[in-house]
Amino acid sequence: MSGFDFNYMFSLFPILFKYLGTTLEMAFIGLFFALGLALVLSIFRVFKIWGFNQFAVVFISFFRGTPLLVQLFLLYYGLPQVFPVLIGIDAFTASIIGLSLHFSAYMAESIRAAIDAVSKNQWEASFAVGMTRMQALRRIVLPQAFRIALPSLMNYFIDMIKSTSLAFTLGVTEIMAKAQMEAASSFRFFEAFLAVALIYWAMVAVFTHVQTYMEKRLAKAY
Amino acid sequence: MIKISNLSKAFDGTKVLDNIDIEIKKGEIVAIIGPSGTGKSTLLRCLNFLETPDTGDFTVGELKINVQTIKAAQITQLRKQFAFVFQNYALFANLNARDNIAEALQTVYKQDKQGAHSKAMQILKDIGLENKALSFPSQLSGGQQQRIGIGRAMAYPSQAILFDEPTSALDPQWVDEVLGLIKKLANQQQTMLIVTHEMEFARDVADRIIFMSEGRIVEQGSPEQLFTNPKDPRTQQFLARATKNQTR
Repeated sequence: MSGFDFNYMFSLFPILFKYLGTTLEMAFIGLFFALGLALVLSIFRVFKIWGFNQFAVVFISFFRGTPLLVQLFLLYYGLPQVFPVLIGIDAFTASIIGLSLHFSAYMAESIRAAIDAVSKNQWEASFAVGMTRMQALRRIVLPQAFRIALPSLMNYFIDMIKSTSLAFTLGVTEIMAKAQMEAASSFRFFEAFLAVALIYWAMVAVFTHVQTYMEKRLAKAY
Repeated sequence: MIKISNLSKAFDGTKVLDNIDIEIKKGEIVAIIGPSGTGKSTLLRCLNFLETPDTGDFTVGELKINVQTIKAAQITQLRKQFAFVFQNYALFANLNARDNIAEALQTVYKQDKQGAHSKAMQILKDIGLENKALSFPSQLSGGQQQRIGIGRAMAYPSQAILFDEPTSALDPQWVDEVLGLIKKLANQQQTMLIVTHEMEFARDVADRIIFMSEGRIVEQGSPEQLFTNPKDPRTQQFLARATKNQTR
């Protein structure tokens, strides 16, 4: 059992790839909900809507202030004990909910900061032509804020891809869980975890590339 | 017709506008002049609620409001009565020239895209920037940007266009083209309220000049009257200095 077994490691890739779908599904569905929620939270913050703003502050503070792993455990093992309706929730769904809530908190703050960074005269010009706050936000300010927020949003997305590995602790069989299973049966931990590390790295490299491309395209637009 | 009475505004306890009364007739062109920091820009911004006035009663066309009891929906109504041209142009940075003009027509006035675009193209033609329709603000000179700023203000029906020092941020070589465009509008009986430091221009284009100092209207009258025979010593002093500077 000593030395490094290249052939074994390579033999793991096809096995792990079968579970890549689960990982990516969690990441993309999570991204979708996290972005949506982040947008709503940042609007509460920007417009200082009474009650909602305070809610957003506490929400963001909690989900940034506690570890994702703790949040996942709370959600999957803890909450169903108090709210029996949640007993039926499966680990995959719970993971997506946890990832969405967690990353929405971070994304909300970067969207809010980006909105604040858009020149004040863009709001004024929108109001001057008769737009409401929501119209100004939607048509003029958010498109500009999105460009500013894109790099940090992409960073959170990359973080989110990697964080899907925590779903393994709830019993979701994604690539990390599969690597762990393979390692446990072959006792070749180094090869198995190196294989999964390389897959994460490759995925992140691809999305980093996408990020660079998107930033270039957006920069060219205006 | 526009009638403003008792308009006051303070910033942190400092009175910037002190009981301003103004009436503007339809088609009238009024220029506001005065030293920097006397509240001229604040006055315009208060009319459009870009600053919230402390007191005041506005009658603008059909709309009558009191600034203390105004509701959010009325603020939007009021803003639709005025078009605003900013000192720093404030074009929508994410939209090209055509869409800067068309945007309000679509979003606020609910015109369809095609109609809004063709109106915008017509205006671009009027202001001589047809060939810049698809350029973004960052690709245009200051003068071109401000002409589009004026085009944007012309796009929808308003009681008056408010100009907040429209040439102050411009490099000297662009000033004439912008003033020329405003003059052209003046000839079309467009009601305008213009805050400006361009004395020659004010004298040339305005029907009436208002001289403001320290948050108050000190003196007003026809350009002839005000420039040749100012009554108040503050007006005299200001004009003496301002006209000297203009002969650069």
